[in-house]
Amino acid sequence: MFVDTVIEDKALHKPVFLLCLSLTVLAIFFAFNFTNTIFGEFLSPVIGNPKESGFFGRLAVSFVLTILFVGNLLLISFARLKIQILIVWIELFFLFLAFAYSFDLEISYIFKNDFICSTESAREKLCIPSKIGLMISKGLFTTIYISAVSIAIATAIAIVGAIAKLSNNGFAYAIASFYTSLFRGLPLLLQIYLIYMGLPQLGFMIDAIPSGIAALSLCYGAYMTEIFRAGIQSIPKGQWEASRALGFKFGLILRKIILPQSIPIIVPPTGNQFIAMLKDSSLVSVLGIWEIMFLAKKLGAKDYNHLEMLLTAAMIYWTLTIILEMIQARIERKYQQKT
Amino acid sequence: MHNSSSIENPVILLKGVNKWYGDFQALKDINLEIKLKEKIVICGPSGSGKSTLIRCLNRLEAHQEGSIEVCGIELHEKMQDVDIVRQDIGMVFQSFNLFPHLTVIENCMAGPNWVRGIDKNEAKERALSMLKHVKIPEQADKYPEQLSGGQQQRVAIARSLCMQPKVMLFDEPTSALDPEMVSEVLDTMIDLANSGMTMICVTHEMGFARQVADRIIFMDGGEIVEQNTPEEFFNNPQNERTKTFLNQILS
Repeated sequence: MFVDTVIEDKALHKPVFLLCLSLTVLAIFFAFNFTNTIFGEFLSPVIGNPKESGFFGRLAVSFVLTILFVGNLLLISFARLKIQILIVWIELFFLFLAFAYSFDLEISYIFKNDFICSTESAREKLCIPSKIGLMISKGLFTTIYISAVSIAIATAIAIVGAIAKLSNNGFAYAIASFYTSLFRGLPLLLQIYLIYMGLPQLGFMIDAIPSGIAALSLCYGAYMTEIFRAGIQSIPKGQWEASRALGFKFGLILRKIILPQSIPIIVPPTGNQFIAMLKDSSLVSVLGIWEIMFLAKKLGAKDYNHLEMLLTAAMIYWTLTIILEMIQARIERKYQQKT
Repeated sequence: MHNSSSIENPVILLKGVNKWYGDFQALKDINLEIKLKEKIVICGPSGSGKSTLIRCLNRLEAHQEGSIEVCGIELHEKMQDVDIVRQDIGMVFQSFNLFPHLTVIENCMAGPNWVRGIDKNEAKERALSMLKHVKIPEQADKYPEQLSGGQQQRVAIARSLCMQPKVMLFDEPTSALDPEMVSEVLDTMIDLANSGMTMICVTHEMGFARQVADRIIFMDGGEIVEQNTPEEFFNNPQNERTKTFLNQILS
């Protein structure tokens, strides 16, 4: 958003707003009743035994929490923008950790050895000493491999699809629009099943990984076709006319004039698609591919330590998407400088 | 085919050209002959069909009836090599239409290098000399958006000239410019006219028309209402519509 030149007073620094906010927060804390948590323990010198403190204890705990919360907001509001952002990020991250901590997890479980390695091959047992090691060496690698190949194929499909959708050729348009309609219209999970189980019916025996890649590429190729089509269409028609007036042929205009100009428009939504695909690659776990999600379920299931492994998978996915977001931001910046 | 056409033969020949947008007739029975090295100015009120006419000459627009011949080749729906014909017809647009992702010099090199097959060094040399012609060689490595409107339009002219066209078409080249930049573009066009280029200009710049044109064509309602030498056109207009237009534009 484009910032105005006139600076408004911060809402937090207006007494009325501050009062309303405090009362609301107090009401929320009171409603959720934190007396029986660690906060009640801390306040036990004042309110006595938390379990017997009753209405007064509940109010006192809520009151203290409200002061902590609003005071924290007030303090942050005086910091510079970048520091504000950093502090809020850190605090939210700690809240997330606290959320995970409240599950009472056995963190060491993810570092434990696992005999699942020995079922696949004896050699792997030697090189993979822990569950997290297996998640990273096997799962992460498979996920990245599947996503990267699918992204490359989807991009190629999208370019062809977009051109077909914009062409005057009836066959090209019909095929492309049928394709995008079908693959945007079916759930990805269903597409994965259809490809894995459907193609063998036609006599094509297809492995799990290739069919997973095919499903992801076709599905995301359909979405990206629409993105590429919009990108190409957003280039003003004057660019076509100027190129034609110089005697350029269709292919040359597309390659040298139109596509290079539509890249800055295509990159942000395409980056989102890449990130979405990386996470949706977890759906191919239903085919028994040893990617992050599959391993998380399999490794956790044996000892009923599901959440430990699922949280590990969550952290791996999150880290990956943060890396992708950073790459996306860098590419966007590069194109902004150039034009 | 090209060699056989002598200087007397017209470069551009229109016979009975009609064009419709749906029910609206944009061009009505246009007959026009333009010889090599002739300078034509087309004027008329907005919506009179002058831009449509000039855009038909390199088939950016299609005509439905009649024939248009450019450099001895007829333009029609099923022609094979429209790009070959277009290479010989330069066009300058009202909105410049430079390629924003290429630098000024790359804009000028694109045509010769990509479609004429001239190698990069030679194309660069030619581009630089054309940029000198339009008096902005020092902007060669900038991107179009870093230039003023007048400079951009002069780059657009240089870009067309790099193709060494036989004919130059100008479609209201100064209409989108700030007033103080009009003259720099007009000066460039006057230089070009003096060098002997065949030019067809749609413009409202009557001073330019008086100074450069061999013939002024006045259009209204899709028709050519009147055409004459500048002298006669301004001092002795024949048609009522021409008189009204001149009164409006010169007062």
